Order: sequence, then C-alpha cells, then structure tokens
Amino acid sequence: MDQAASVATAAGETVLLATDGLTKRFGSLTACDHISLNIRHGEVHALLGENGAGKSTLVKMLYGSLAPDEGRILWEGRPVTISSPAEARRLGIGMVFQHFSLFEALSVADNIALALPPRGRRELADTIRAVSREYGLPLDPSAGVADLSVGERQRVEIVRCLLQEPRLIIMDEPTSVLTPQEADLLFVTLRRLSAEGVAILYITHRLSEVLELAHRATILRRGKLVETADPKAESAKSLAAMMVGSDVGGIKREASGPAATTPRLVLSNLSLPADNPFATTLSDIALTVNAGEVLGVAGVAGNGQSEFFDAISGERPLARDDMMQIDGKPVGRAGVNARRRLGAAFVPEERIGHGAVPGFRLSENVVLTRHGTGEQIARFVIDRRAARDVESRVGERFDVRRSGPDPKASALSGGNLQKFIMGREIDRTPGILVVNQPTWGVDAGAARAIRQALVDLARNGSAVLIISQDLDEIFEIADRVAVLSEGKLSPAQPTETLTAEKVGLLMGGVHHAHDGLPHEENARAS
Amino acid sequence: MRMTGSRMRRMRVRLELIRRPAPSTLMTVASPLVAVALTVATGFVIFAAFGVDPLEALYFFFIEPLTAAWSLEELVVKATPIVLIAIGLSVCFLSNTWNIGAEGQLIAGAIFGSIPPIFFPEWQGPLILPVMIAMGILGGMLYGAIPAVLKVRFGANEILTSLMLVYVAQLMVDYLARGPWRNPEGLNFPDSRPFEGWQLLPKLFGTEIHLSIAFVILAVVVVAFVMRSTITGFQVRVIGEAPRAGAFAGFSRNRMILLVFLISGGFAGLAGVSEVAGPIGQLRISVSPGYGFTAIIVAFLGRLNPIGILIAGFVLALTFLGGEGAQIMLGLPEQMTRVFQGMLLFYVLACDTFIHYRVRVRTKHAAAAEA
Repeated sequence: MDQAASVATAAGETVLLATDGLTKRFGSLTACDHISLNIRHGEVHALLGENGAGKSTLVKMLYGSLAPDEGRILWEGRPVTISSPAEARRLGIGMVFQHFSLFEALSVADNIALALPPRGRRELADTIRAVSREYGLPLDPSAGVADLSVGERQRVEIVRCLLQEPRLIIMDEPTSVLTPQEADLLFVTLRRLSAEGVAILYITHRLSEVLELAHRATILRRGKLVETADPKAESAKSLAAMMVGSDVGGIKREASGPAATTPRLVLSNLSLPADNPFATTLSDIALTVNAGEVLGVAGVAGNGQSEFFDAISGERPLARDDMMQIDGKPVGRAGVNARRRLGAAFVPEERIGHGAVPGFRLSENVVLTRHGTGEQIARFVIDRRAARDVESRVGERFDVRRSGPDPKASALSGGNLQKFIMGREIDRTPGILVVNQPTWGVDAGAARAIRQALVDLARNGSAVLIISQDLDEIFEIADRVAVLSEGKLSPAQPTETLTAEKVGLLMGGVHHAHDGLPHEENARAS
Repeated sequence: MRMTGSRMRRMRVRLELIRRPAPSTLMTVASPLVAVALTVATGFVIFAAFGVDPLEALYFFFIEPLTAAWSLEELVVKATPIVLIAIGLSVCFLSNTWNIGAEGQLIAGAIFGSIPPIFFPEWQGPLILPVMIAMGILGGMLYGAIPAVLKVRFGANEILTSLMLVYVAQLMVDYLARGPWRNPEGLNFPDSRPFEGWQLLPKLFGTEIHLSIAFVILAVVVVAFVMRSTITGFQVRVIGEAPRAGAFAGFSRNRMILLVFLISGGFAGLAGVSEVAGPIGQLRISVSPGYGFTAIIVAFLGRLNPIGILIAGFVLALTFLGGEGAQIMLGLPEQMTRVFQGMLLFYVLACDTFIHYRVRVRTKHAAAAEA
C-alpha cells in the first residue's frame, strides 16, 4: 500500500483507473455488460451514449454507489473494492453530479465545509477564494447558495470536489444545465485540470463537446462497450453512428397508409420557458401531425421531452392560443380537459403517479382522464358502472393481466399497467393521441401489442404522436421522424429518408445536418 | 495504510423498514386498536409512577364515565364538536393539505355566530338560529381561507400559518369577551350576555344533548357520500395521493387547497357556533378546551373515514371526561387528558408506519475488503 502513494502522477500515458469485465445486472436487464476500459492520468475521457446505454450505472460503480456483479476495478494497477462514495473519495475519485447536492439555505463555505474534514472557517474561506480564482471559477464563500445561478452552483460543486484533491473527477452531463458561455468557461477549467494531471471522466451525449474537449472517447450502447475511439480521428458522423448503432435503419416497417394530408395537430412557434433550473426551454417548435400517420419525436432524455409533452397535453398551458391547434381549433391556452373534449388523448411517460394513481382501482383510474371528456362517466356523481364497463372492456381488448376484477393500479406489472393506460385512451377512439415513451420499461410482448395498437389507431384516421428515446421503436412504427434536442425540434422527415447517422447527429445536438457536415458553430449556438 | 481489514469486516445489526408491495389490510384495521392498547399500557405505567393504583385510575379514566346516564349524555356533548371538526379535517388531510388551525376556525365560528344575539339581543323567532349558524359557518370559512390564500398566493406553509392564527383567534375572543361584548349586567365576568330562547339550540328528549348531534349525523352521511361517489371527492383523493396525476386529470391544486380549507374551516365554524348556542349558551373567553386540536387526533384515529371518525370522536371525548373524573377522584393533574391524547396520536402515527412498511432485522457485514 505504501508503494501506491509513490506511483508518479501526471505520467500521461500511464493508466490511473481500469475496469476489467465490469458487469451490473438489474433483474433480466444487463445495464453494464463486461465493460473493460482504462482512464489515463490527466486525460479527458468522454463517456458517450444514449439514455439507457449504461453510462450512469458504470460511473455509479466507479464512485462506489453501486456494487458490480462481476469484474474488477483497478486503481493504479491495484484491484480495489469501492464500497461507498466515501471510499471513492479516499482513493481520490471525485464526482460532480448533474443534479447538485447543495443545501440552498447555507452559504457556499458551509456547503463545502460539510464535505471536508473540519478546519478553521477563516482558513477554509481563504482556500475557497484562492482555489476558485486559480481555476477560473470565482466564488464568494459567504454567498448564500439560494442566490446563485445554476452555473455558479456547479462551480461550488466543482470547487468542493477540487478541495478534496482528487486525481479523477467524474462529471455527469455537466453542460446540460449551463448556458453556452458558462460551458466555455467550464471547458477552460477542465483543460487546466487535465494539464495538471487530473483525469476527467466526462459523461455526455453531445458530440460537439466530445470533439472539442476529449482526448479519448468510450462509446457505450445498450450496456456494451462499442469502442474506445480517438476523437481526433473521428467525425461527429462516425461518433453518432457508433452511439446510435448502425442496425436501427434496417428494421422493416409496414408501408404506411394512404398519403396523409389532413392536418389534425398543428404546433406553430410553440415556445415555453423552463419552470425550474433543471428544465429545458422549448423554443419555436413547429410540427404538423396528419390524420393517418404516426409521427415519432426522437431525442435523448432531458432535451425537453417532458416539457414538450406537458405543453401539448395542456398541463402547462401556452402563452398564446395560436401556438397549438386541434383540428383547426386554436387551443394553446386551453386546459387538458378542453383539449380532451376536442378529441385529443394523452399518455404521459410516468405511469405511476402521473398516468395513473397507484392506490386507486382501475375503474377509478378510468375516471381520472375520462371525467372531463363529456362522456357519461361523471357529471357530479361518478357513474361507477360506466367506469367498470370501460375497465373490463379495456382489460379484454388489450389483454391486461389482472389478479381479479378491478384491482388497484399498483397491483399491475409495468407492462400491464401501460397497456391499460394506453387502452383507456384508445378506447375513446381519440382523433389525436400523444404518447410519451410508449413502451418504456415494458416487456417485449406488451411493447409489441402497444405499438400495434398505435399503428392501428393511426391507420383508422387518427393522428398519433409518439415521443420516444427508443430509436428502434421510432423506426419501427413512425411514418415521419423529428428530433428534439435542447428544446428545439428538427423538421419532420419521412422515416425512409433517414439514416441512423442523420438521426444520431441531430440527437447529439448537431443541427442543420442535412448538408452532411456538422458545424461547430451551429452546435454551440443552439 | 488507508484501509484496514478489521474495520471493513465489522458486523452491524440494524432495523430496516422495508416498504410493503401493497398496504397491509390487517394493519389498516388493527393500527388504531393497537394504538389504543399501547396508550392504555403506557397510561398504566404513568399512573403507577404518580403513585396511584393504575387499575383504579384506568377505571376512572375509561370506564366510570360510561356508567351513568348523565355522563353518557356528557360524552355525546363533548364528542359533537370533535367529530364535526374532524370530519372537515379529514377532507383536508386526504388532499394532503394540513390545516392545524381548526381551533382558531372554531373560535372564529363562535365569534361570528355570536354577532346576531349580541347585537340584537331582543331578536327572537325561528329565523335567528339559522342566521347564527350560517354566520358561524361563514366565520370558520373566512378564517380558514386565510392560510389557504397565503399558501396559494405566497407559498406560505399552511401548517405554520393555520397554527399561528389559532393564537390570534384566542386573543381576539379574549378581547371581545372582556371588552366590547362583555355582558353589561354580568358583574364584570368575562362573558357575553347569555343567549336566550330561539337563540339557543334546542335540547333533545329532555337530555343535555343538543340538536347539533343532528349536524354530526348529517355531516357523516354527506361527507361519506361526497368523498366516495362524487367527482369532488375524487378530486380531493387524487390530489392527495398523486398531485401530478391530479394535474393530468385537469384538477387545480390551488383551487383544491382553497376548497378544503373552506370545508374544514366551515365545519370548525359550525362546531364553534354550536358550542356557544348549545352547551355554553354565551360567548366566553374560552369556548373550547382544545377540540380543534383533539379533532386532528380523531381524524387520524378514525382513518380519515367518516364512520371511523364518529367512533374515534367518542373515544377522545371519553379522555376529556375521564380526565375530569380522574382529576376529581384521584387528584391527578388536569394535563393528564392532554398526555393521553398526545400518546394516542403518537401511537396511531407510529402504528400507521406498519401499514406501509414491515420491519426487517438485518445483521450486515460491511463489504469485505479484498485488498
């Protein structure tokens, strides 16, 4: 152990941390499948991948908050067991989280003091001032965290991390909450740290950042390591293809119905400001969904999907009526039930607690979305029989496996509950159906049934809009595809004309990619 | 030497609360009963510590009040305001909104309800009582609306504001009863003029029980129906259990906060006016021995269910009566009633934990170090 301390740092080519066949399973899902990578002293190492690729699981294992099922972690060539984040910090691994762990009511110095061994307050304040200035992250130790901007809060996290003198800093999507200017400042700091021999493991899905910053990039896809690449030898295109996989375009899809031309859902100049520091601002979204088609909105989570859904469902009404039309009627400022009465139906991403109330029976969950549609289910007194009729009809038609008649929603498996929620809406034969993550966490059989139901609904004349992170799903059922990235929506294009590479570039924040070559300026400006 | 093997292999024993996949039906029913049993058991220990015979004390506390007709009537009289308030509070609590200030809304109801007989002492006839009751309900609602508006407009924590407003109301009634509304013929006692004739709730069947018991029965039936079968009750329950789903259903949380404060304030106001127009018969500096706080315990002990609340209301009314009895017969301090009520709430909440969680005893080896 004493030898460990004497290993030279900042050796450039020597390996600081390596994983050997690191594996983590959650039930039948293998989140990380025999990952072997190495991180060198002083390098900026990007970890690139879509949602669900296994990035978070991997770094949680490195930071000691998840225990691997198989494989080893080697720290300076020595196998180590990192059983807790405290253990990771003792080794010299620090982490800056995407969602900050700061006490808003306390000052900057107090927040930092909590993470460090006790020392004098005056001395600590001086150290914070010195270190933060040295790394271009100026901070006032006595400022209250509640008054800081998001970028400044991130500085507190980084400075706190630096004061622990780490040799490896893990950063989880650090720019997702920053303005472009703040991001540029961050990059200066990271390059400086790297030059001093501190290794940085940088999680992202933004291709431009990888090209700009990283010495090496490891690409994960579906829990497997695709490649560890040299960004200088790669382009945004080739990285996108690795991230998304080349197999996605090849899935056969039934030919779409008659040429769709009757617009049913029209969004124009739809903008919605973020309602909290971690939310995404939607800007200038334009989209038309026609009768008879399934339109897929692809994108990596956190690029405005839930905000987009809330805006369309009316849970967050828009500023102007003309931002959204249902069958030609402006409904931008209308609430969710007014939109339902015009024939729209919605299925949110979260089943438990959003799409359904877990402690309520299925028939009561029928009332949840169908009390305001003008049906007989509820005027003032709830018509229990009508609700139960819907419940059993949906149960039969969508093969919802229930333990008995009318169980509580919490008693259903994820897939069955999703089938029920989907069925509850499709049962109304809505003119417009908007679904966020239709088959998220659903088993293959239920997923197939749900996708079939969506296609059938569209072929019968409804307009179906799906928001999905699952590109395979989108390529399988969507007639046209648009990509949501950083709150902006790309123009919808016929699925046949798209390649995985194109979609990957759009998802990676490289806009205006129709002409092929990605443009740094475009990527940054968005 | 950054880690040492011995430290890593230390064994720890700890209790863990494991969330049950589904709430336990058995515990839902058993929890209040277990809580009552634990309260009695703890009471046993406390009485023994006071140097009185615990069995005798428990007898005076819980059995003796049930042995005479007059004290049974008294039990109904005490249970009436408690149940009325608790019914209103249950609606509020079900929506996950915390009105802790029913005591203040009760006082506001008593003050508002006293306006007609105090300003028009000569007014007699069938109209005055309904007017008083309507005023009482209105007073409770208005006073309940204050924390609701503060929460909706400014995000102020309703637990703090509603509780603090209790003390404002207590000082207000104190001022009125000692000052401007004091009975001019009352020999300087801090009471208003006594209400008379049509200004009082009639007593039923020659007992001490007032017509207000009818309000209780009506409240139980109406609230049970509204909560079970109407879209309003549905809204309350959805927002209480899953606010996001409530928004998805098109329900407004802000409107709901206002509504449940108006409902619970209205019921507390009704209880208040029923006290001054009933057992008390005038406005006094103290119109309630803490019914508004006791009702919080009753609401939880009764599972936020109207029928359960009716039963729980009588149990808590018994502690008021028993406390008085124990005070007279055994010389125990008056605060014993509060102690019992506090213990009961504590045990109910503790037992409720087991509806959703089970306890697991874990002996854990800290992850063994291989290095």
